Amino acid sequence: MVAVFLLYPLLDAAWISLYQWDGLSASTWVGLDNYAAALSDPELLNSFVHAGVLVFFYAILPLALALVLSAILQRGSRLRGIGVFQTLIFLPQVVAAVVIGVIWVSIYAPDGTLNAVLRVLGLHPVGRAWLGDFDTALPAIGLIGTWLEIGLCLVLLVTGIGQIPRELYDAARTDGAGAIREFFAVTLPSLRGSISVALTLTTLSALKTFDLVYVTTHGGPGTATSVPAFQVYNLAFNTGQVGMGTTVGIILTVLILIVTVLLRRIEPAEEV
Amino acid sequence: MITRREVVLNYLVLGVFAVLALAPILGVVVTALTPADESSATFHLPSRLDFSNFATAWTEGHFSQYLRSSVIVTVITVAVSTVLSILAGYAFARKRFVGRTVLFYLVLVGLLVPFETYIIPLYYEMRSFGLTDTYASLILPQIAQSFSFGVFWMRTFFASVPPGLEEAARIDGASDRAVLWRVLVPVARPAIISMVMLTFMWTWNDFLLSLVMITSEDRRTAPLALSFFQGAHLTQYSLLAAAATIVALPLIVLYAFLQRYFIRGMLAGAIKG
Repeated sequence: MVAVFLLYPLLDAAWISLYQWDGLSASTWVGLDNYAAALSDPELLNSFVHAGVLVFFYAILPLALALVLSAILQRGSRLRGIGVFQTLIFLPQVVAAVVIGVIWVSIYAPDGTLNAVLRVLGLHPVGRAWLGDFDTALPAIGLIGTWLEIGLCLVLLVTGIGQIPRELYDAARTDGAGAIREFFAVTLPSLRGSISVALTLTTLSALKTFDLVYVTTHGGPGTATSVPAFQVYNLAFNTGQVGMGTTVGIILTVLILIVTVLLRRIEPAEEV
Repeated sequence: MITRREVVLNYLVLGVFAVLALAPILGVVVTALTPADESSATFHLPSRLDFSNFATAWTEGHFSQYLRSSVIVTVITVAVSTVLSILAGYAFARKRFVGRTVLFYLVLVGLLVPFETYIIPLYYEMRSFGLTDTYASLILPQIAQSFSFGVFWMRTFFASVPPGLEEAARIDGASDRAVLWRVLVPVARPAIISMVMLTFMWTWNDFLLSLVMITSEDRRTAPLALSFFQGAHLTQYSLLAAAATIVALPLIVLYAFLQRYFIRGMLAGAIKG
């Protein structure tokens, strides 16, 4: 099963990526030309840059926020009712990306909730069609990702903090460490495992973003929000550049594998 | 040792984030209950609660049909991949056989590689089998991906079970099959529920695969149908919100009852996604 529906297409992908093919007529062997073209095409390169921007919004921003919060929530995991909060904060994770896209399209709409809130605050000159503006479309999608992933990061870190032995804190306090020193000397190093998992999960979901872009902007305006996964789909199924689409897919996969290996290294060795 | 001020601060932070996470989702439910003639993109409280948007989406929007497609695909995928994962996970954890390591690495490849990579050749492969636009074109690849995760998940679990448990059963004359289904599977229940939940969620929420494989309207899965529905009813916000709620509801209900397993699964082994 795995062999037929997963491994065979995978090998086939590597093979197709070496051809120029429109999916219908005979294909032409072009060797590595597709790769050369993909890596020099500004539009495709840009889609990878966009993915990088999304990594910031999906992974780095939520993790940074969650770390600050976890410093406050240091003993939060022992609070009563923590489970209820955890359940609520985690909820967006189980909602389909398509549904999330639909929700945020209406929030970002020209007559949507965000602009209404800005009007109330007297900030209406800032208001705009957030997803239709070349400058704001990509960050707008990114912020959906931040909203989506912060719960995951927070739950991971609070769980991680709950597992830090109390004695470490007691020792730090005996040595006269203040709250900030304590955070950097005890909390942060002990959370390496949780941080690694959080970064891996969120970075991968940023790199693989497709549903959200498809539903909210279709890669637009222009190509302002086109990301690699969207290019794979668009090249192969809309513009008939099957070989090129596959090439982008392979490059994306290689990138994902490299990132996974690198991020896993943050994890302390004894836990691997 | 925890001061009162700290407790209050902690609850405050958690509360704010719970509200942030919940607000857009509750907002969409309220919008769905807003009468169509009051509907707008801006969130506001409706003058009365109106359930007719759900009825419209369900019948005229054909969401009853789309939900049925999603249920068929998801239930079959989850059932088959769960049984296969338990069997294979046990084999990888406990049995020695030729090519075990190589096979395991092959299975792991499926765990790391997203659909995006091989969706194109998968499509042409399905087409050559004449399977595009069938439920099989969704179910078969979904089983393959879920199985990759499931084998990894179950093997890890079975490997952590002390062998003593099995040996005791064997001394009593239990066969391989009896050991697995009567001794190990009951012990593994929490792990299996987590696996089932994750597989269910991934299959239910899948969008790309259905988008590429399915062309007939009546075989669209719920998320795919929602994206088409959005295109057709761009400014009918309350109707759109009702459709979105219908698509998300089954998982939210499941999550409400089994959130422990969801969260544990997502945090422990969710490399896929």
